[in-house]
Amino acid sequence: MILRVGIDIGSTTVKVVVLDEDNKLLFRSYERHYSKARERACETLRSIEDMLRGKDVRLVVTGSAGLGVAKAAGLDFVQEVYATAAAVNTYIPDTDAVIELGGEDAKIIFFGGALEERMNGSCAGGTGAFIDQMATLMNVTVNELDTLSLKHEKIYPIASRCGVFAKSDIQPILNQGGRKEDVAASIFQAVVDQTVAGLTQGRELKGKLVFLGGPLHFLMGLRERFVDTLQLDEAHAIFPEDGDCFAAMGAALCASDYEARPFDELLHLLEESRGATSVVDTMPPLFEHQADYDAFTARHNASTPPQLNINTYVGDGYLGIDAGSTTTKIVLIAPDGGLLYTYYHSNLGNPVAIVLEQLKEIYRLCENRIKIRGSAVTGYGEDLIKNAFSCDLGLVETVAHYRAAAHFNPDVDFIIDIGGQDMKCFKIRNGAVDSIMLNEACSSGCGSFIETFAKALGYGIADFAKLGLFTQKPVNLGSRCTVFMNSSVKQAQKDGASVEDISAGLSISIVKNAIYKVIRAASADDLGRHIVVQGGTFHNDAVLRAFEQELGRDVTRPTIAGIMGAFGAALAARDLKLAESSLLSESALQLFSHTAKPVTCNLCTNHCSLTVNTFDGGRRFISGNRCSRPLGKEKAELPDLYRYKYEKLRAMEGKGFGNGSRGRIGLPFGLNMYENLPFWFELFTRLNFEVVLSPESSRKLYIKGQRTIPSDTVCYPAKLLHGHVEALVEAGVDAIFYPCMSYNFDEKSSDNNYNCPVVAYYPELLAANMPDLKKTRFLNPYAGLHRPKDYERIGSQWFADTFGIPRKEAVNAIRAAYQAYDRYKEDVHRTGQQYIDEARKRGLPIIVLAGRPYHIDSEINHGINDLVTSFGFVLVSEDAVAFHESYAPRKVLNQWTFQARMYNAARYVCDQPDMQLIQLVSFGCGTDAITGDEMRSILEQGGKLYTQLKIDDISNLGAVKIRVRSLIAAMEERKRREGAVQ
Amino acid sequence: MAELKYDKDGRLLFTKEMKEEYTILMPQMLPVHFGMFRQLLVLEGYKVDMLTTNHRGIVDEGLKYVHNDTCYPALLVIGQLIDAIKNGGYDPHKVALFITQTGGGCRASNYIHLLRKALEKAGLEFVPVISVNLSGLEKNPGFSLTLPLVRKLIYAMMYGDLLVNAANQVRPYELTRGDTDKMLENWQKKLIDGFQAGRGMSRKQMRDNFDAILADFETIPVSQEEKVRVGVVGEIYVKFSPLGNNNLEDFLLSEGAEPVVPGLTDFMIFKIFNREVDVNIYGGLWAKKKFCQMFKGYIEACQKDMIAALQKSRFRAPGTFENMHKLVQGYLGDGNKMGEGWLLTGEMLELIHSGVPNIVCTQPFGCLPNHIVGKGMIRRLKDDYPNSNIVAIDYDPGATKINQENRIKLMLANAKALAKQEAQKPVGAAH
Repeated sequence: MILRVGIDIGSTTVKVVVLDEDNKLLFRSYERHYSKARERACETLRSIEDMLRGKDVRLVVTGSAGLGVAKAAGLDFVQEVYATAAAVNTYIPDTDAVIELGGEDAKIIFFGGALEERMNGSCAGGTGAFIDQMATLMNVTVNELDTLSLKHEKIYPIASRCGVFAKSDIQPILNQGGRKEDVAASIFQAVVDQTVAGLTQGRELKGKLVFLGGPLHFLMGLRERFVDTLQLDEAHAIFPEDGDCFAAMGAALCASDYEARPFDELLHLLEESRGATSVVDTMPPLFEHQADYDAFTARHNASTPPQLNINTYVGDGYLGIDAGSTTTKIVLIAPDGGLLYTYYHSNLGNPVAIVLEQLKEIYRLCENRIKIRGSAVTGYGEDLIKNAFSCDLGLVETVAHYRAAAHFNPDVDFIIDIGGQDMKCFKIRNGAVDSIMLNEACSSGCGSFIETFAKALGYGIADFAKLGLFTQKPVNLGSRCTVFMNSSVKQAQKDGASVEDISAGLSISIVKNAIYKVIRAASADDLGRHIVVQGGTFHNDAVLRAFEQELGRDVTRPTIAGIMGAFGAALAARDLKLAESSLLSESALQLFSHTAKPVTCNLCTNHCSLTVNTFDGGRRFISGNRCSRPLGKEKAELPDLYRYKYEKLRAMEGKGFGNGSRGRIGLPFGLNMYENLPFWFELFTRLNFEVVLSPESSRKLYIKGQRTIPSDTVCYPAKLLHGHVEALVEAGVDAIFYPCMSYNFDEKSSDNNYNCPVVAYYPELLAANMPDLKKTRFLNPYAGLHRPKDYERIGSQWFADTFGIPRKEAVNAIRAAYQAYDRYKEDVHRTGQQYIDEARKRGLPIIVLAGRPYHIDSEINHGINDLVTSFGFVLVSEDAVAFHESYAPRKVLNQWTFQARMYNAARYVCDQPDMQLIQLVSFGCGTDAITGDEMRSILEQGGKLYTQLKIDDISNLGAVKIRVRSLIAAMEERKRREGAVQ
Repeated sequence: MAELKYDKDGRLLFTKEMKEEYTILMPQMLPVHFGMFRQLLVLEGYKVDMLTTNHRGIVDEGLKYVHNDTCYPALLVIGQLIDAIKNGGYDPHKVALFITQTGGGCRASNYIHLLRKALEKAGLEFVPVISVNLSGLEKNPGFSLTLPLVRKLIYAMMYGDLLVNAANQVRPYELTRGDTDKMLENWQKKLIDGFQAGRGMSRKQMRDNFDAILADFETIPVSQEEKVRVGVVGEIYVKFSPLGNNNLEDFLLSEGAEPVVPGLTDFMIFKIFNREVDVNIYGGLWAKKKFCQMFKGYIEACQKDMIAALQKSRFRAPGTFENMHKLVQGYLGDGNKMGEGWLLTGEMLELIHSGVPNIVCTQPFGCLPNHIVGKGMIRRLKDDYPNSNIVAIDYDPGATKINQENRIKLMLANAKALAKQEAQKPVGAAH
């Protein structure tokens, strides 16, 4: 009998199995390898030596990290998905599909019909590593996360594409008092959504499904989410007993095709194969000598505030709280900025409890000697804490950080703050915060990122960071998002990099990510001359050193780098010069109570996830809202052209002036339809069609079509189309009309008048990927509206061929359609002007929210327009002002019609003292990689602030608020200075 | 020292003096083709260096000077050029740069502008950039694509496609390693010498050369083993450039596969055809259409010569452009022209029809047209051709080789399983 051995080496674990001739499992093990995969495998094999010694065995390696090991040792290898398929074929033969989640990979296998096997692409979270990260974020173990999730009451929508997105969704929920149980389940739901959306790509998941891999084996909550979402019963959701080892079992099965060799020889090969250590891609060391390091530390330790003794100090104190996304920071200072008390701790998902406990402690220490004369709070949890404890002032983080930085370096012109989860960089111009850059979307690389790696490699964060200081060859890991970084680390390990090299490499990566990806700087001068760095991550000397090396410039890191936000808040509280602070008194704290309840607001289509916080004495605070309606106040509506345009377009439905006798034609309400609907509506109704618009966008509509999306990195506005079209099919229209348009209207303000490739050709993608379209007539002709004369001829011919409509009738309808489109545009211009006039009459500032026409969809912009007007701005869209400007050469090829409007809107805004522009960018929009820099340079040259908001299927309104509030603060500062000059 | 001159919009020009003094750096996309292009330019009196550098520093320069969300080819090409100016031992005041400019709705049309922005950011704004385009976009007094030069370039392209096609079919099987590449080099030299002497640039001479080339390649001793053939399609730069695709062809060879890489000619014809299509579906000048048809007809005739030569030899021949255009009907409209447009899907279809259902579809991460014509069509192809086995691989500064290779290995394992499944089916049931 020849035994077969399968070894599956994944990104985080090693699985070893032994099978007998009847495919019976004789041995199995599943262990974490902490990046010592080969050693781990050897150890396991040694542990079963008794079974195998002296025998011939067939041994095959599989797994994402197994490839390198097998190659180095000269062992046989099979690809892991292939191996899994073999195992499922053998053990569960009537399976229809397999879902397997691993440490960093997600896989799907379809049996029946043609075999189809797929893995997640390079940009896809939703795997074990993602769950690990989320557990770290919530400060629980993965098992605790699982237990929590089983007690959920509610599921929040959480972005699953990648960790950064998910984090920015989760933090606000936690900080606003959302239940951990609900968040835990929501994280698992995100994994399910990601898997279904990212991997099925149009093939129906049905029949008998087998779930495999570590996470699905161990996490009951995750299983529950899959079963619920896919609506499976027990017979159709199979979780095999050895589901965590299936790939290894498959490898053992595949071993039948390979030669048998003596076990001892195989083990020897594996043990001796220590891969040639040849890390080719290394960088200069952080420190050459201890002396360099000492000088470095001495220089930085000089920036420190005086330390005072809280037990003896007598006088006034000022309290600053920074309720950050993962940590809570508290300081109490004397009037000169001397430190009386500092606190820095993970908020454990419940900042209120932490602050309560700390306030009690501070009151106790103050006795009657210290009087707290002011209190201010900043950070993500600002609103909650301010309301809970009745603080005197809440201020936006950027302003708090600037206050603190200026305390150490009054000339500061650039601040970079890297915290646990987020990164904020901003310039200081004319005493105000300017050009804020936040890490968003595909740009992670913060403190928790190193922490996650440290943990994965079995180290604490502080020890791990120190490891890299003196290594001679830090490994170059690139500068991308966490998912990519994981595989870079994997590769480096495979190439034999030491933990020291990786530690230093990670620190350098963080810095490169910040400088090139978030800040977009090419040299130190792009940042500033007086740079202050702060945030907990800069306590890490390796990161700080790497930052100075990369810039070639010394920077200031205060010793209190980790609590600068709180310090700045305390300074701001001091400057309020209050006689009495409104902060809850020591006795009031004794009665303090707090409960949080999640609620979904149904007052409008935004369906905000609200959290209702109730405090002692019936005080209430509602968070998560975008407008004031759920607060019981009547919504004070300032003029908002987004809303106006949206309502105007939505009304273009029905028979118009026609009689609808030619049938019902469905128009999907998305992408370029937001611009061209006035044209098509007029055209079709004139031809006596009844126009049926797809329903208003919503998350639900997105989920409806999600499984047919073939490319998970395309922008959200495009993804939504799948739901729109599916809804139209369900509505039973006679035909769906959605034309392809390489060209857009030529507005004579650009070098060319293209649509972007996605807008231009998405109809063809829908045709190829949506099986439901077979149930209806899907019409997606190429339409060239940019040549009106030609379109009369070509379009009328098309209508004649397709519907048998007389040419003359169609020509007339087309002419009318062009007129209708012109009228629509004029109306937008006129109404925009009315709004601007009204703003000027009332003395209100104006925001031009510049995006594409489809950004007025509230499912796409997530109610950002409401948020902007709630801050007291009048809002107009880019097309309402762009027409004032004509063609001008740009530094880039100005070839897209919609994008050209943004350039012109920016140029116009530069000449309007009461206008600011905010650019909306959809994640994955390739054209905005080009427009973003150009918009920035137009606005900055015109003396305006550049603000960009990145949005995806889920939006981080916290980041939006920071930007809008910083913008307001900068505008006020500018006004104040101008007032002072006059 | 040549004086810096600007046009009315402030664009730095490449002057006649510069032609004498400057070295022009050009990126490399297809090693064989571009190698010949370079030599043709040298024969025209330009000093031209083709960059063949391939190291991490290129990506780092790219990340530094190009918006990180821009497509990977832009980042690489620009990174490579800037790296060469800085570290290639050139006098930065005596170099100019070549970059192609297509002018479609894709981001790629912006490469030249991004390159200029990057140069400015790097403090190299005095380096002139020469646009190589057939659309009359930007002109320079010191450089012109004259008709005779264009003609030579077209011939070089045809020869390049034939050479690469033959070499790809020999290399995986050669008994003595390096035979194929030696043969390639010999022929490149021979052809260029011919061009210099005015030979090889008529249809007749080209046909004779084709036969001679193929006869020569047939003499290389090869083994008779069967190998899995794997098609490579995708965004043009990452499809062809080893720098862009992490040496994809080498990897496929090392995995015991035979790479099948559709050539450049179809892309050229496609780009000309697009102009004709524009007139058809949107209206426009009859003369423009006629001119395009003529130009296209000429290249198509050359392509047919190449196919005929291959058909006579022991090598497999690709299909005609016309044939591919037929295959793609019902999948994508003729108007789908941005990036590789319908051609990419057409290439996949042609591969499937010629017995190469295993395909790597390469694209830069976030490539806009490929959402539609690459990833967007795989589902439909799988439905229509159940044995098709296509893997989409994203290329990006952060994407690691190990991840990409693992996915390609999965495709190769699938290839085996599908071949088995196919073999078990009764005859005639196959598509």
